[in-house]
Amino acid sequence: MQATSTLDQAEAPPAVKSRSFKRAFADVREAWDHRELWGHLGWQDIKQRYRRSVIGPLWITISMGTTALALGLLYSVLFTTNVPTFLPYVTVGFIVWNFILGCITEGTDVFIANEGLIKHLPAPITVHVMRMVWRQVLFLAHNLVVYALVLAIFFTALNHPYTITKGGIEHPGLSWTMVLAIPGFVLLAVNAVWIALLFGVISTRFRDIPPVVNSFINLVFFMTPIVWDTGVLQKVTGSGSDNDWRMLIAELNPVYHFVEIVRAPLIGHAIDWHHWAIVGGFTVVGWLAALVILRNYRARVSYWV
Amino acid sequence: MVSIDVWNASVDFPIFDAKSRSLKKLALGKVGGKIESEGRVPIIEALHDITLSLKDGDRVGLVGHNGAGKSTLLRLLAGIYEPTRGHSRIIGKVAPVFDLGVGMDPEISGYENIMIRGLFLGMSRKQMETRVDDIAQFTELGDYLQMPLRTYSTGMRVRLALGVVTSINPEILLLDEGIGAVDAAFMAKARDRLKDLVARSGLLVFANHSDEFLAEFCDKAIWMDEGHVKMFGGLREVLTAYKGFDPFERHQQHEETPVLSGNGGE
Repeated sequence: MQATSTLDQAEAPPAVKSRSFKRAFADVREAWDHRELWGHLGWQDIKQRYRRSVIGPLWITISMGTTALALGLLYSVLFTTNVPTFLPYVTVGFIVWNFILGCITEGTDVFIANEGLIKHLPAPITVHVMRMVWRQVLFLAHNLVVYALVLAIFFTALNHPYTITKGGIEHPGLSWTMVLAIPGFVLLAVNAVWIALLFGVISTRFRDIPPVVNSFINLVFFMTPIVWDTGVLQKVTGSGSDNDWRMLIAELNPVYHFVEIVRAPLIGHAIDWHHWAIVGGFTVVGWLAALVILRNYRARVSYWV
Repeated sequence: MVSIDVWNASVDFPIFDAKSRSLKKLALGKVGGKIESEGRVPIIEALHDITLSLKDGDRVGLVGHNGAGKSTLLRLLAGIYEPTRGHSRIIGKVAPVFDLGVGMDPEISGYENIMIRGLFLGMSRKQMETRVDDIAQFTELGDYLQMPLRTYSTGMRVRLALGVVTSINPEILLLDEGIGAVDAAFMAKARDRLKDLVARSGLLVFANHSDEFLAEFCDKAIWMDEGHVKMFGGLREVLTAYKGFDPFERHQQHEETPVLSGNGGE
């Protein structure tokens, strides 16, 4: 029984379909409009994590500091490198890696963890991704304190041309190129969003993905030049030429390029534009993939969580 | 102009058990030959072929047995679930008050929860800051607002949620059951605010088992049964059909007794 007459019922179903790129774009755009929301939630997450601890978020900085110090010293001994140049290398590499790690592992969990909010409040699903990436950005900001300390201590070792591994390529030292770290990081964060969207949606449907990612991510850490540098590879291959297949260990690893665009400027390494080109390629392809997933499965996420 | 239109909408939930939610089974299923992809994942049809048209000024009660699809319908109307088949169109700012335990963070203070709720409902931080005092006054929670939400009773949570929602001028207000958990004195206070809100906001959909609440706020009703809209019409008419007797006759005889005596109506 319909109380409303047929006149009240809007004539036809709307032309806008649930599965369209328009809706996918709208989701991302509305999430951006909600930036006060995820900005607030991201802060809240950090404050909450250290709610009852005495020194609070300073723990983030301390744990990063000790890890970077220990790893830097250990590996500079193992590879017989120069501590004043190698320690900053490991520190910055590890800070950037931590950001990537957080975005990937928490990205797979982003919708599952927010089940309550997704089922109770209508909001674009990208909001949850933005909150997570923003939280990782804030973590990174805390870790930059470690970078600042390391830079202050080892500045004299980095402000002139140096090599990390004997026989490796010579790096020009710190210069204006440092500002390139900012666009580099923005690019990294833009990629973090699509990675979390893509992995998040797929993991919500297939719950095997988070454990798979968690078990392989450590392997990726050791395969990526973070606690070792590509100079070691060059030494192994002898000539330092890029053509040796063993150089591919680093080159075929996408994480290497992402790390490099932020790390190289921060410690005065030679800027190699091919990293930027590769990251640019990933940005385009990755966002396209994420938009396709968003188009097809955006509306399914609330059913799957 | 606020409106909700739903055309032949169905909401089907795929139920993935631990096995079928894995890639393994999907991969093996391909190797092993044809398995009905329809049959692999059991589906619960929570809502079936819903056609509704709600517009400005509608104040609709939602009745039905447990599991009839009331909460799912509210989520469909909120845009949380987009129909698996059919279409829906929601015009206007939606403010849902659903399950009160979920969607709020128990570890953070009442103030913070007010802020987050408000931001989710599309307010800006500044707008919420100006409203916080008003909400604090209305909810009568006082210093409790500084405490983590986990220390709150159910009634206090309802107060908080109602306080936020009634302060933000939503265009579409969706209330699920659970509102009845507050005491009568507060409800009497909330009533004015809700009425005011309903008058301002275009549209109210209110799921409840209590005739008094429904009579107070609604003039139309939807009767949900097994995922269908069994009946949609005037409140009294629908309630009479649903209960098998006219619930308001009784009330007219007991005019003196307070309408909101907190007995839940059933």
